[in-house]
Amino acid sequence: MSAAREREIILKLEDVSKVYSGTVAVKRANFEVRKGSVNVLVGENGAGKSTLMKIIAGVERPTAGRILLEGEEVSFSSSGDAVNRGIGMVFQELNLFGNMSVAENIFATREITNRFGKIDRKEQENRAAELLERLQAGIRPDMLVEDLRIGQQQLVEIAKAVSLDARILIMDEPTSALSAAEVEILFKVIADLKARGVAIVYISHRLEELIRIGDYITVLRDGRITGQEEMKNVDTQWIVRQMIGSDAKDFAKADGHLPGEEIFRAEEICLPRATGGLAVDHVSLSLRAGEILGIYGLMGAGRSELFDCIMGRHGHSTGAIFIGGIKVKERDTTRRIRRGLALIPEDRQREGLVSILSVASNLTLASLSRFARLYHIHGADERQAVTQMVRELAIKVADPAQEVSSLSGGNQQKVVIGKALLTEPKVLLMDEPSRGIDVGAKADVFRTMRKLSRDGLGILFATSDLDEVMALSDRIAVMSNGKLTGMFDRAEATEAALVAASALGHGPAPHTENTAHD
Amino acid sequence: MTDIPAKAVTPSASSGSVLLTLMKLRTFIALIAVLIFFSIAAPNFLSTANLILMSKHVALNAFLAMGMTFVIITGGIDLSVGSIVGLCGMVAGYLVLNGIDLQIGYTIYFNVLEIALITLAVGILIGAVNGLLITRLNVAPFIATLGVLYVARGLALLSSDGRTFPNLVGKPELGTTGFGFLGAGRLLGLPVAIWILIVVALGAAYLAKYTPLGRHIFAVGGNERASRISGVRVNMVKMFVYMFSGFCAAIVGLIISSELMASHPATGESFELNAIAAAVLGGTSMSGGRGTIGGTIVGAFVIGILSDGLVMMGVSSFWQMVIKGLVIIVAVVVDQAQRRLQSRVTLMQMAKAG
Repeated sequence: MSAAREREIILKLEDVSKVYSGTVAVKRANFEVRKGSVNVLVGENGAGKSTLMKIIAGVERPTAGRILLEGEEVSFSSSGDAVNRGIGMVFQELNLFGNMSVAENIFATREITNRFGKIDRKEQENRAAELLERLQAGIRPDMLVEDLRIGQQQLVEIAKAVSLDARILIMDEPTSALSAAEVEILFKVIADLKARGVAIVYISHRLEELIRIGDYITVLRDGRITGQEEMKNVDTQWIVRQMIGSDAKDFAKADGHLPGEEIFRAEEICLPRATGGLAVDHVSLSLRAGEILGIYGLMGAGRSELFDCIMGRHGHSTGAIFIGGIKVKERDTTRRIRRGLALIPEDRQREGLVSILSVASNLTLASLSRFARLYHIHGADERQAVTQMVRELAIKVADPAQEVSSLSGGNQQKVVIGKALLTEPKVLLMDEPSRGIDVGAKADVFRTMRKLSRDGLGILFATSDLDEVMALSDRIAVMSNGKLTGMFDRAEATEAALVAASALGHGPAPHTENTAHD
Repeated sequence: MTDIPAKAVTPSASSGSVLLTLMKLRTFIALIAVLIFFSIAAPNFLSTANLILMSKHVALNAFLAMGMTFVIITGGIDLSVGSIVGLCGMVAGYLVLNGIDLQIGYTIYFNVLEIALITLAVGILIGAVNGLLITRLNVAPFIATLGVLYVARGLALLSSDGRTFPNLVGKPELGTTGFGFLGAGRLLGLPVAIWILIVVALGAAYLAKYTPLGRHIFAVGGNERASRISGVRVNMVKMFVYMFSGFCAAIVGLIISSELMASHPATGESFELNAIAAAVLGGTSMSGGRGTIGGTIVGAFVIGILSDGLVMMGVSSFWQMVIKGLVIIVAVVVDQAQRRLQSRVTLMQMAKAG
């Protein structure tokens, strides 16, 4: 590649910090972006990559530090500002309007208008069609975005960013929902942009991808930059070492206890998708007491939807679940919790916590009836349970009466876990339990999972992190496109087999007439 | 004005936290300020007779504001309370005068206690209609209660063809006497209405602080999705708050018609706005999740004393409206400033620590 000679620096961050209520996301980071090259940014979940990129794209403002664009200090008050200065971004969470067409999405806020200010739909659709042609996405510009597969939506997001003709293009995990063929096409587009002198910032945690297309690499850990190198000088081991530090990932060893009787079984769970097809497609699985069953799959594979069905959050899902061999007839969440199911949702802020309530109130929210006699909450009982949970899970909080939003991400996650445990569940569903939390908290969460399984709980946990699923699970199920595409014993599972199974479900998609993404 | 104890805020001598404490106590400060101001500016303001009269005025708004507080904490709004006041007054008046004609030659007359219970049931029922519209039919609270506002007011007017039910003294031979007790009676020197207010307010404050239902009301307003996943019966919580609001409105309907010994179908027009104002002034956040019964009562007192005091000073009622509006706006502006200051103080502390 052309990274042999030093490329010109177009953007530079100096001592940039970003503090949210509850977390210091980025600490005094120095970061350089070079023209005509792929600048890779890598780090674990929650290391601060996305935050750093949002600062560059003008979505977030740094709490401290300077941003230099071509040597001149800039400060963006909105992403529009950044776009005007030639910085575009492909967001990790899709920022699309489902109720609008692909073309309208691509030209949102930059609508092509005629002399009288009327939107020129034809022209927009023609230009959108050109862009989509380059991505070989098989998407028509007049399709509604909500009717597209997640992977196709990601391609629209990419097309939108490319259409900006940006000088700096940030791609935050652009391949997380793409098939292998789609990834190849994306790489071609990236090579093309590079040749035109565009500086690309590329975030991913798929190491093989990074090494293939990166020119420069920067590693983030816990909000700090721990390494910055030319890609040709580094290897996988160097990256891993910078990512996780000297101490290797602490997954808490299995203690070799044997799982007991079957405690949970799901049969033929189905959930129709609003746009046709099935979000969860006839999934059946069984879990034994004391067993950790990992569910691996990419974004949009249907893992969270499966958990939602099990918890009774979708009235229109079908299939049956059994706890301890007895069929669960209750269809609502409240009574399923009483039967011994508990969910730790993926999105802590939106679904896990009531952020304006105290740590204590959050912990006991799901189990208040335990502390109440005749409608009166026994303060002493409640406080005792809270204190015990805070100690058991090592939640770092000065006073449980503090608002939960003042805690760090990891401690917030522990509060969500504590809330579920206080309902005394038999089966625990954990959706991406380590997302967005720091290394220490991760180790605590993993240790807690081990301990709970030793105590005889059945744990189902969903993750898109290969290391995690390999290290923690007794058995591994793989989901793809709503289907269960593989079930492996810990001993026989290999990373290659898991990855292969996670792509299986993407046969010809049942609800689109074309199969271009294959 | 939330239920987070003051010790949660790290004490420090900086001006920021002094300002913060002042801002948190703003409703109290406002209450004391209006009390001092009017005791100087308006003669006889502090006389016992005047204080009792004022507290009776305040009580009416305070009832509605308590019901409104729970509704707003869940993230909703109840515009129908004023109309429920009117309709419930008419129901009570109708029952005192006419009883229920069974269409078979008999008419049942109820005693005053039964009339009160039936009226309360009507209020709760209308609240339940609000709740069902919102939880089962997914109508936005603003629209659902706006619709019920019109329907209830219309029914109140229909019940008498727009006329007043006068002279609700009742007839001793029918056992319908004594309706005036609620509005004019006294126990231990205090008006009955005040005693009822004290009982309901203590009950509501207890509910908010010490019962699972109360905790769930805050949780639903703070994060409805998370509450649902935690097993909170969100729909039941919402049903409760609208029914409680209807209950409070029915009490007000009873008290007003008892005071006047007459029911007029237009009673209670725009009361909902005063109730919202009192709740907001007392620190209830319109975006849900925050608020206290104590704060709301203080808020009701500030508004009530302000309007009565201005009347005593002879300020024109047009100016009164302007002043009331300004007070509400200032209260919310200060509330927002407090939030911002508080989060900045926490962020700075974290940045220093981390």
